[in-house]
Formats: sequence, C-alpha cells, structure tokens
Amino acid sequence: MTLALDQIAAGGTASGANEEALRRQAHGERRSMLALTLPALLLVGFVVLIPIGWLFWLSFVDKSGFTLIHYQRLLHPTYLLTLRTTFELAFTVTVVCLLLGYPLAYLASQLPRRWASLVLLCVLFPFWTSLLVRTYAWLVLLQRRGLVNTWLQKLGIIEEPLRLVHNFTGTAIGMTHIMLPFMVLPLYATMKTISEDYMRAAANLGASPIRAFWQIYVPLSFPGLAAGLIVVFVLSLGFYVTPALLGGGRVMMWAMQIERSTTVYADWGAASAMGVVLLVITLGILWLVSRLTGSAKLGEAR
Amino acid sequence: MKFVAHALAAVALAATAGHVAPAAAQQTLTISSWGGAYQKAQREAWFNIVEKELGVTIKEETTSGVADVRAQVASGRPTWDLVQQGNYGCALLDKEGNTEPLTPAILGVKGIADNMKGKGWISNLVYATTLAWSDEKYRDKKPSSWADMWDTKTFPGGRTMRRSPVYALESALLADGVPMEKLYPLDTARAFKKLEAIKKDVVVWWASGAQSQQVLKDREVEMAAIWNGRAAALATEGEKVSLTFNQQMLLTDCWVVPKGAKNKDLAMKAIEIMSRPEVQARIALYINYGPANVEAFNTGIIKPEVAAKLPSSPENAKKGFVLDANYWAANLDELTKQFDLFIQR
Repeated sequence: MTLALDQIAAGGTASGANEEALRRQAHGERRSMLALTLPALLLVGFVVLIPIGWLFWLSFVDKSGFTLIHYQRLLHPTYLLTLRTTFELAFTVTVVCLLLGYPLAYLASQLPRRWASLVLLCVLFPFWTSLLVRTYAWLVLLQRRGLVNTWLQKLGIIEEPLRLVHNFTGTAIGMTHIMLPFMVLPLYATMKTISEDYMRAAANLGASPIRAFWQIYVPLSFPGLAAGLIVVFVLSLGFYVTPALLGGGRVMMWAMQIERSTTVYADWGAASAMGVVLLVITLGILWLVSRLTGSAKLGEAR
Repeated sequence: MKFVAHALAAVALAATAGHVAPAAAQQTLTISSWGGAYQKAQREAWFNIVEKELGVTIKEETTSGVADVRAQVASGRPTWDLVQQGNYGCALLDKEGNTEPLTPAILGVKGIADNMKGKGWISNLVYATTLAWSDEKYRDKKPSSWADMWDTKTFPGGRTMRRSPVYALESALLADGVPMEKLYPLDTARAFKKLEAIKKDVVVWWASGAQSQQVLKDREVEMAAIWNGRAAALATEGEKVSLTFNQQMLLTDCWVVPKGAKNKDLAMKAIEIMSRPEVQARIALYINYGPANVEAFNTGIIKPEVAAKLPSSPENAKKGFVLDANYWAANLDELTKQFDLFIQR
C-alpha cells in the first residue's frame, strides 16, 4: 500500500500500472480479510444459524409431517399467563435498572478517573461472580429468617417477617442486581464521550443546570441508554435460573415453560415452538426500537 | 536367550488364554440409570450379581428421562438394553409402544405387586412422598395426615409442595376426605378446589428434591410434601425434622427394555435376576431406598431397624398407597398445564 502511494506521489507517469497495482492490492486485502473472518463465519453458521434453522424445522413438524399443533398448544391460558409474567418481569427489571443505573453511570462519568474506576469496579465485581452464587445470596438475604427480615425485626420496624422472596418481588430484586451492569456500562461509555463544553455552552446561553441536563445531556446520552435498555430487556425475557430459584415456583418465565416441555412432556416440538415465539418477539422489539431511534444511534453506542 | 524367548512365548500365550478367549465369549449388556450415588448402589447391589450369574459385562450409561428412550427407539438401533425410569415414565413408554414386552419369567416373580408393573415395565425401587414437618415449630401436637397440612389453625406456618400436579392433587383429595383406595381416577375439579384453600400458605412450590430440603432446613416452611429420603437426610444431618408414613404415596422406579434393543433376551434375564427377593433386598444395604419386591423383607438381609425407615416395608407400606402410574401416564400433560395455570394465578 505504502509503495503504491509513494509511486503516485512520485509523479504518476505510469498511472495505469499504478491503478492496476492498487486494485490488485485491494483485492488481496479483501481476500485476506475474508480468510481471517472465515473461522468466525463458519462458527456462527454452525452454532447459530443451523441450530436456529433446526429449531424452526422442529417447531413445524411431528411424526406425520408438517403441523401447527405445537403453536396451537401455546394458546392454552397457562402459556399466555406465562408470557405476560415474562414481559411484566422484564419490564419491571428494565425500569428499575434505568432508575438505578442512570444516576450511577452519571456519577461515574463525572468523577475523577480513579474514583470512577472504583465505582465501575463495584458495578463489575458482582458481574464476575457466578450468577448462581448471587442468586443464592439473595435467597439468604431475603428469606423469612434472612438478614433483611432479621434486621428489620430487631430495629422494630416490622413485627412479622415480610415475604420478600419466593414471589415476583424477590425475583425482580435478584434479576435487577444481575442486570444492572448491562445498563451501567453502555451508559457510562456514552456519557464519557459527551463533552462538558455542551453543558457550558448551554449555561452560557442562559439554561439552568436542570434544563441543560434534560435538553442537552439526556438526548446526547440516548445511544447508550437505548443500548442498555434493549440489552437488559431482551436478556430479562430469557431469564431462567433466577426466577426458578427466587420465584417460589409461582413466577413462571417463558424459559421455564420451555424446560417444562422438554423435561415433563418430553415434547421437543412444543419447546421449539416456544423458542421460536420468544425469538420472533425479541427480533420484533429490536426492529421496533431501531425504527424508533434510528439504527445509526444504536450503532454509535457500540 | 532361548529360555527367555520361550518364557515370553509362554507368557504371551497365557495372556491370550486368560483374556482374549473369555472376552470373545463374554457379551456386553448396556444398562442406563439415573447415575450418581443411586447408580453406584445399583452396581453394588445388583449389577455385580448379574455379571457373575450371566457371565456378561455390564456397561453403564445414564439417562435423564423418557425423552432419551424415545430418541433411542426412534433411531431404530437402541444402544441401551435396559433403562431405569420413574414409574409414570415407564407406563408412558409402555403405552407409546417404546418397550419390549417382558417375559413370563419376570412377570411371574413373586412379591412384586400388580400396580408396580405393566406389560413392558417392572418396578425395582420404592420411595415415597410423605408429610414432613419441623419439630421445633410443632413441639407438642404433631401432624399425622394430609388433612393436617390443610389445617393451618392447628398447625400454622408455611408449606411447601412439589411444583407438579403429581402428589399435589392426591394430597388435596386425601385432605378432603377421599379414602386412599378410591383416589383414582382423580376428581381433579375437587382437588384443584381444595388446593385453592392452601395456596396462600404454600410459600414455595419446589422444583427439585434439594430445594424442598433447603426450605425446610432454613425454616422458610414448617411443613412439606417431600420425598422420604430427603426428609430422612435432614434428620440424619441433625435437623429437627420428622415425617410420617401415614397416607404416604409410594413411588417406584422401574426397568424397561427399549423396543428393538440388541441384547433384549439378555436384558430380560438380567431383570429376572434383579427382581428376585434376595437380590432385591441388597439395595437397602447401599442406599436409603426400599426394594419393590416385598418378599425381600423376609430374606433376613434387611435389618428391622433399616426396614422401619423404608416406605416399602410391609409395616409402612400398608399405611399408604401406590401412585397410579397409568393414570399419570395418560393425564400428566393436560393436568400439568392446568396446574401451572393454577399456581401462576
């Protein structure tokens, strides 16, 4: 590349030959890039595309051939209720993550580097701990004779222990804890790129700090916000372990129904159909969000 | 040198004679069970005996349920000759035509009750779902029947039941006054209505045996519908937990031979051996499960103090009933959906 550029710079008398050389080089580069990405492409093909194709296939066949029976099955009220719970829980967790995560990311972005690292470390530290361990930790904290209830009782705030776990509340608490880093990290990344000059300019033009924050800062942080919201919401939709352990059995998530289909009914067709439904809903949400916000903004956040 | 060569040749010959010849004659029987300590006990108690008597080698694999057997049969060439399943799993596979019919020799073994076997399956182990409670909470008056589980006035406190219609519906009907021998076919409407009454006191619908143990141990709940082995394990650990065999639901694990199994004749012989009372009795020496063959309790192998803790010992067995495998094989799917709807509401 350098050689070709040097030749051009040198005068370009043999410009035709140079162009030829450039083109060849560009070709070669494209080929080697392709060769480099080939392993990844093959991997994605084999472990993502083919299994998903297989999933679609399984959801539409039974012993006698093509069938919609697996999808008809999902019309039973128990599945509709589970779908509702799944969305309610994902929505609740996303909102709580937003309320907790935005101020935290903002704080981290405003602090001097060393303190910001400390805050981020606190966010990341649980992230590196096993999900199962954290879930059991919440069980220890929230159960009837757990730390929270014991303290509240000792302080005389409550008389009878509160039911903090084995229900929707406990599940939402546990999931929020696990999902929080997914909200904070993209937000922090975006907020770090927002120049303070914008806020100063806004102040200079007479905006109050609050107005400047809402009209300048929040819109500028939107790419990170959208990324965080989507990641938290979509991951929450597919949650299994935490609701299974903290939900007391009565909080049924879509993933738990999939498990039911494979282990209780041994019905792979129905399980596949449920997988397809969740996948389609998730893709639908992503499409909707990208339409609403413009895909460019989402791209920026990466 | 010559001597060495001769010696080597002799050793080589001896080695061939010692190993290759019997190996060629020896057949392999592949048995798939639940793995872990459970399968180890089966190996010690049963598989070793079968190997010796039939002169075969038993190769062990593990199964996680009926889906495995279905897949094996569907493939046309099952690699497993003999598979362990839960009782309604066995009945289900039998109903679907995924099993080989058992030989008269097996079905003729004395001591295994009719409701513990079918055309293509026979039980080998017995455990039970029992009522267990915290003795710290209920110090004086102890619960003694499923009705007490529903009696939150006399026995206040949290409950746990399995997240499944199996056991839950039976216990509800028993609590509602249906006699054990008249349970099946279940009056499901009545059962769900009765369950509605206890629902708010059920703190946890447990999904695994370990979870049922944990919530009882942590005193999240005071009373549980729990597998006897799980409650007994807590008591052994020193927790103040007791159980009653009264109105216990006897559950069995059982053998099936997958349809088209390569060594099905050998598998049949193996089942016959493992069903004999004196072989059956051995299982209680290695794990806290009872034999399915009641004659095993007359062999003298199981000591009275061990028998007292086994659900299938004649003394305990008469206090309970055998879960109807065929009923659940036919109704599991529909009732599980109803049950899931019920607990979510």
